[in-house]
Amino acid sequence: MQTFTVKEITRYIRGLFDADSQLAAVWVRGELSNLTKARSGHWYFTVKDAEAQLRCVMFRNAARTVRLDLRAGDEILVHGRVSVYEARGEYQLYADAIEAVGGVGDLHRQFEALKAKLEAEGLFDPARKRAIPAFPRRLGVVSSPTAAAWHDVITVLRRRFPLAEVVLSPTLVQGVEAPLQIVRALERLNRRDDIDAIILARGGGSLEDLWCFNDERVARAVAASRIPVISGVGHEIDFTIVDFAADLRAPTPSAAAELATPNRDDLLLDLDRLRAGLTGSFGAALADRHRALDRLRRAVVFVSPRRRIALAQRDLAAGRLRLGRATSLKLERLREGLAHKSNALETASPQHILGRGYALVRNERGQLIREAAQVSENERLDVQLSRDRIRVRVEE
Amino acid sequence: MGEIEKLSYEAAYEELEALVAQMENSELPLETSVALYERGQKLAAHCQALLEEAELKIKLVDEAGADDGVPD
Repeated sequence: MQTFTVKEITRYIRGLFDADSQLAAVWVRGELSNLTKARSGHWYFTVKDAEAQLRCVMFRNAARTVRLDLRAGDEILVHGRVSVYEARGEYQLYADAIEAVGGVGDLHRQFEALKAKLEAEGLFDPARKRAIPAFPRRLGVVSSPTAAAWHDVITVLRRRFPLAEVVLSPTLVQGVEAPLQIVRALERLNRRDDIDAIILARGGGSLEDLWCFNDERVARAVAASRIPVISGVGHEIDFTIVDFAADLRAPTPSAAAELATPNRDDLLLDLDRLRAGLTGSFGAALADRHRALDRLRRAVVFVSPRRRIALAQRDLAAGRLRLGRATSLKLERLREGLAHKSNALETASPQHILGRGYALVRNERGQLIREAAQVSENERLDVQLSRDRIRVRVEE
Repeated sequence: MGEIEKLSYEAAYEELEALVAQMENSELPLETSVALYERGQKLAAHCQALLEEAELKIKLVDEAGADDGVPD
C-alpha cells in the first residue's frame, strides 16, 4: 500500500487545483465578510452566501489597485485563481481584483459621463478621423515592452507587413501612473515626423485594469495626436473612451496591427493580378498590331501592280494564242495557194513540155527556130530534148 | 520614373497600378507599350522582392523622441 507524507498528498491535491483551467481565472460573487487588512499590505477575507463560503487572500500589489471602500456585508465580485495553501491545508481564492456590485455601476456612470462630455465637445466626430495609410513605412506602438499585447502586435506585423519599421514608445498600461505615461508616449511619437500611424496596444483585463484608457487625459491626447491612432485595447467586448477618440478602433491589439497594415499574402496576389494585366494588355496590343498588319498586307496585295501585271500577262498570253492561231491559218492558206500556183507553173514549164516528147530547136546563135524560113541548107542546129540534146544538119 | 531598386513599396506599387491601367485603357504606340511592359515587369519583381525579403525592424524611442536601441 502506497503511503504519502502530508506534504506529498497536499502537493498532489494542489496540483489538481492548479491544473484546472476553470479555477485558474474565475469571478465569484458573494457577500464580503471577515476582511482583515494586514500590516504587510495583504488582505484576507471571506466571501459567502447562504449555502457556502470561500476564503480569499489578496496580496499587496493587487490590493493597492482596489479603489473601493469595502465594508463587511458588501455584495462584491472577486476575480482570481483558486489554489491550495499547503501550510494550512486549505484551498482559497487568490484574488487579483474586486469590484463592488454597486461600484461597477459607479464606474459605468463615470464612463458614460466622460463619454457624453467628450462627445459633446466633438472629440469623437467622424469628420475628425484620419485615414490610416495603406502602406505605412513606420508604425509607432504605444505599449509596454513586457506586455503580451506588444508581442502580439509585432508577431502580426512580422507576418503581414515586414516592410514596416516599428518604433516602440514604452509606457505602463495599467495603474494610476499609466494615464500620464501614455500621454507622454503619444507625445514622444508626435514629436517625430516619420511615423505614419500609431497603435495603442493593451491586452484584455478587468474594467479596472483597462481604466487608464477611460482617462480623460489619455482620450484628449489620442484625439490631439497629429498622427492617426488605432486603438487596440482589451478584448472584443471591451469598449474604452480611447476607442471613441481614436481614428480607428480595433477589438484587440492583434487586430489593431492588422488594421494598420496590408497583408503580405494579399499584396502578392495583387502583384500577380497586376502582372497578368500587364502581360494581357501587352499581348492584346501585339495581337492588334498583327491583325492590323494582316489587313494591310491583304489590301496591299489587292492594289499592287504585281496583280495588274499578272492580269496583263494573262491577257497577253491569250492574245498570243489567238495571234498564233490566226497566223497559222493564214499561212496554211498561202501555202495552199502557193502549191496550186507552183503546180500550174510546173505544168507550164518547157521542161514539162519537153518531157511529153516536144523539142526546142535553136540555131548556133541560140535563137529559137519556129519556122523553116529561119534556116538554110547545111546549117547546124541544136535540138534540146527533155533530158539531153542532139546536134543536127539541115538537108533541105 | 526613378531607379526602380530605390523605390519604396508604395511608390513602386502605385506606379505599377497606374501603368497597367494606362496599358488597359489607351491606344499606345507599340514602342511605348514595349517600354511600359518592360518597366512593369521590373516594378512587379521589385515589389515581390521587397515583400519576400523584408524583415521587421524594431526600435525604441527615448524621452526626446529619438531612436534609442532595440528592445528584445
